Formats: sequence, C-alpha cells, structure tokens
Amino acid sequence: MTATSLSAAPAPVIEAIGLRKTFGHHEVLKGLDLGLARGEVVALIGPSGSGKSTFIRCLNRMEAPTGGEIRFRQKRVRDGFRDRGEDLGIGTLRRHVGMVFQHFNLFPHKTVLQNVTEGPVIVCKRPRREAEEEAMALLEQVGLAEKHSAYPNHLSGGQKQRVAIARALAMRPEVLLLDEVTSALDPELVGEVLAVIRALAEAGMTMAIVTHEMAFAAEVASRVLFLDQGVIAAEGSPAEVILEPTNPRLQAFVARFKG
Amino acid sequence: MTYTWDFHSVWQYRDLFMWGLWISVVYTVGSIVFGVLIGFLTCSMRLSGWRMLSFIARVYQEIFRTTPLLVQLLWFYYAFPLLVGGNIDNRVAAMLTLSLYVGAFYAEIFRGGIVSIDKGQREAAAAIGMSPWQAMHRIILPQAFKRMLPSFINQSVIQFKNTSLVSVISVADLAYMAAVVNGQTYRPLESYTVMAVLYIAMLLPMTQIADWVEKRLRVSD
Ligand SMILES: Nc1ncnc2c1ncn2[C@@H]1O[C@H](COP(=O)(O)OP(=O)(O)OP(=O)(O)O)[C@@H](O)[C@H]1O
Ligand SMILES: [Mg+2]
Repeated sequence: MTATSLSAAPAPVIEAIGLRKTFGHHEVLKGLDLGLARGEVVALIGPSGSGKSTFIRCLNRMEAPTGGEIRFRQKRVRDGFRDRGEDLGIGTLRRHVGMVFQHFNLFPHKTVLQNVTEGPVIVCKRPRREAEEEAMALLEQVGLAEKHSAYPNHLSGGQKQRVAIARALAMRPEVLLLDEVTSALDPELVGEVLAVIRALAEAGMTMAIVTHEMAFAAEVASRVLFLDQGVIAAEGSPAEVILEPTNPRLQAFVARFKG
Repeated sequence: MTYTWDFHSVWQYRDLFMWGLWISVVYTVGSIVFGVLIGFLTCSMRLSGWRMLSFIARVYQEIFRTTPLLVQLLWFYYAFPLLVGGNIDNRVAAMLTLSLYVGAFYAEIFRGGIVSIDKGQREAAAAIGMSPWQAMHRIILPQAFKRMLPSFINQSVIQFKNTSLVSVISVADLAYMAAVVNGQTYRPLESYTVMAVLYIAMLLPMTQIADWVEKRLRVSD
C-alpha cells in the first residue's frame, strides 16, 4: 500500500491499536493493529492457536484485552458496560458490532423469530411489531421465512447458522464478526451459509471473517491477514496473501489448504 | 396371636391428626418459601464473583449439608439460645432450622442449573448487547429453571418428610400428634399406621407430579 492511499483512506469504523492479550503467562496476541474501513471485508487466516478467535473476540470485547485498545467510530471503548464521558461502553459497542459463532449459540427456548427479535426488542427497545416485521424480512433474506415458528433444535446446522446471522443483522450492526462460522457444519451445508455471507459482502457490510475456507476468503475478502504466533505475519490483497504468498510459513500454511 | 385392629378409638382423635397434618403442611410450605429466598441469595453470592461473599455462602452450605437435620434442630433449640443469651420459641427454631437446611440444598440446585447452561448462551446474549442481568433473566434462567425443576421438586418432597423431625422439639406436627393419640389410646399400631398413611397420601401425588414433570421436560429438550 502506498503512502498516498493510506492518507486518503477514510477513518476506520472499528480499529484495534497495539492489541495485546495474555492468558496466564501465555501471550496470545503480541500487539496487533487493524482498522476496518466501512464496507471492507477482512479475512483472518492462520494456523490453529495463532490467536484468530482471541483477536476477533477482543473486537467486541467478548475477551478483555490486556494491552492496547479498541476504538469504534474513533471513540475509545472503556472497560465498563455503559458509556462514560467520551468513551463508549461495551454494551454500546456490541449493539453496533455483531458476532456470529462457530457453534451458532441460538437460544433453544425461543423460536426462530424470537431469536431474531430478542436483541431489537429487549436491547434496542424497538416496538415488537416493527421488530417482527424486520425479522421476517431478514429471515426471508437468509431463506428461512417459513421456519419462523420452529425451535432451533428442529433445524439443520446450516439453517441454525443462517438464523444466527439473521439474529446478528437484526441489530442493524455496522460491523459483523464471524468466527469460523462454517467449521461445525457438514460439508454439504457449508455452501448455503457462505452464500448468505457473500451476499452481505456484496451489499457492503463491513466484516471481519475468521475462516479456513481459503477459496472463499480469496473470493469475498478485500484484504487478508495471516496471523501467526500472535502477530500479523502477512497482510495484503487475497492475491498477495493466498494466491502468491512469499512468506515461507504462509506458503506452507496455504499449501495445506490447496490440497 | 392375632391382633384385633381398633381404629375406632383412634378415629375419635381425627381432629388431632388433621391439625397435625395442617401444621406439617404449614412448616413444609413455609420453609420452602424461606428456603427459596435463602437459596436464591446464597446462589447469587456463590456466583457473584466476589471471593468473600462466595466463601461465606459456601461455608453456610457445607455446615447445613453435612450435619443431620435432627442435630441442627437440637442445636438451634437448646444450644443457640445459650449462645445469644435468651429464649427461642420452639416454633421459631423449627421454621428457622428447616428453612436454613433446605435453603442450603436449594442453593446448590439453583447453582447447578445455572452453571450447566453452555457458556455460548451467555456469549450470544452478550453479543447482541444484553447486560449481564438481561442475559441472566432472559436467556440463562429460563433454561436453567427447566433443568433444576425435577431436583427442586424432589428436594421439596424430602422436605415434607423432614418436617416430621420438628416433633422432637415439641412442635405439634403430624408425627407429634400421632404420639399424642398413642398416649391417649394406647394403640400404637393404629396411631402410627394412620400417621404413615397420611404421609403417603400427601406425598404420593407429589412424587407422581415430579416424575411427570421430569418426563415432560426430557421430551421437550
Ligand atoms: N480462555 C482461555 N484461557 C487460556 N488460554 C486460552 C483461552 N482462549 C484461548 N487460549 C489460548 O490462546 C491461544 C490462541 O487461541 P485462539 O482460540 O485465539 O486460536 P485460533 O487461532 O482461533 O485457533 P483455532 O484455529 O484452533 O480456532 C491458544 O493457545 C489457546 O489455547
Ligand atoms: Mg478459533
């Protein structure tokens, strides 16, 4: 990236600055910097244990960093749940930054529709009727409108994950964080979930995606980060990082997935 | 030898049995209500994340779960007043002990139910911006409640049986009244058989309900 394009870049929606995370004596993240511009899709790849999940979970403060900071719309995120002064609370951050998990984590005691309306109604205090209409539109979008009154246990893995995406979207997030959202799925169900994410990327959703699906990462990402041993070991366009890697560890990593 | 049953003389004391039964029910329901409050408080302390609170709650639970209820009753009635200098009404001692006893068990049932819920649930709730309190009462507790219900009913059934021990500190419950009737009639077989039948009549429906609830919950999971 050239100096001119850097200075011309718009301010990032969300950024991590010098992010560190230590579990006990194990330093998992050793000072990471990342800014996501609006509409940007960043893919995070890297070997198991390199800190991808920890990193993405620090972005919505699911994990508390032990050093550095998170900024959302230029505002620092503080440790407490509520805003204070200029600083944003974790609650505010999470209302604007959605997350989708590997194991879906749908609420089993609520129907599909209730799963999707829970956030808007309870957290955002939107009128229930309005939230339900919007939720139905989102379920339509992920192809599950007819399942609105089913309970999660009656859905396939792929359907569950699509509901989980709709649940995150119902908060009208500005950023979506996805942590290996297809890894728990049977191979034949991966495609339907990737299709939903692809559509989101095309619609301009800002996303950070941790994935082992190299072809998918190369296709949807505008930028790819290779995390290795707690640092960003390589960064660039999909072509640079995935298709023609130069870093030897990255070459070895990518080769394993090309099969 | 053949024994000639004579329920007639015992029948004359039916009011005493009914009164005793009523007293047993009052102590059971009362101690369950107080026990739920104590259990809820204790469970909150255990899960508060505050070491000191958690430790105090833990000590209370262990003391009441590792001493027999009979010992606790005797201690609160005969020993506790000496400690604080004064008297304690036997009914107060009975209600207090029963509540503290069952509260210690309820606390463990509540805690077990809550911690058994997958941590992904808490995370999913947090991820849509819920506060810890919202996550607890909207997401965790409704699921935990279903899991703890069978043990809760079970413990409450046991509590009904446990109330019979209050008779040792002269609270006039069903067991106490059976002894009174026996004293009046010299008919131990009849007196105590009536008592046993009344306990069964009260508890059989409750154990049936407990089984039914457990089965229902397992199906709905
Ligand atoms: N809560 C935790 N307590 C202690 N250590 C942790 C915790 N969470 C993660 N770790 C450690 O941090 C390191 C990075 O974990 P992380 O889950 O971020 O890796 P990852 O890149 O997502 O790996 P994977 O591809 O297997 O998901 C690992 O060594 C892991 O054991
Ligand atoms: Mg991971």
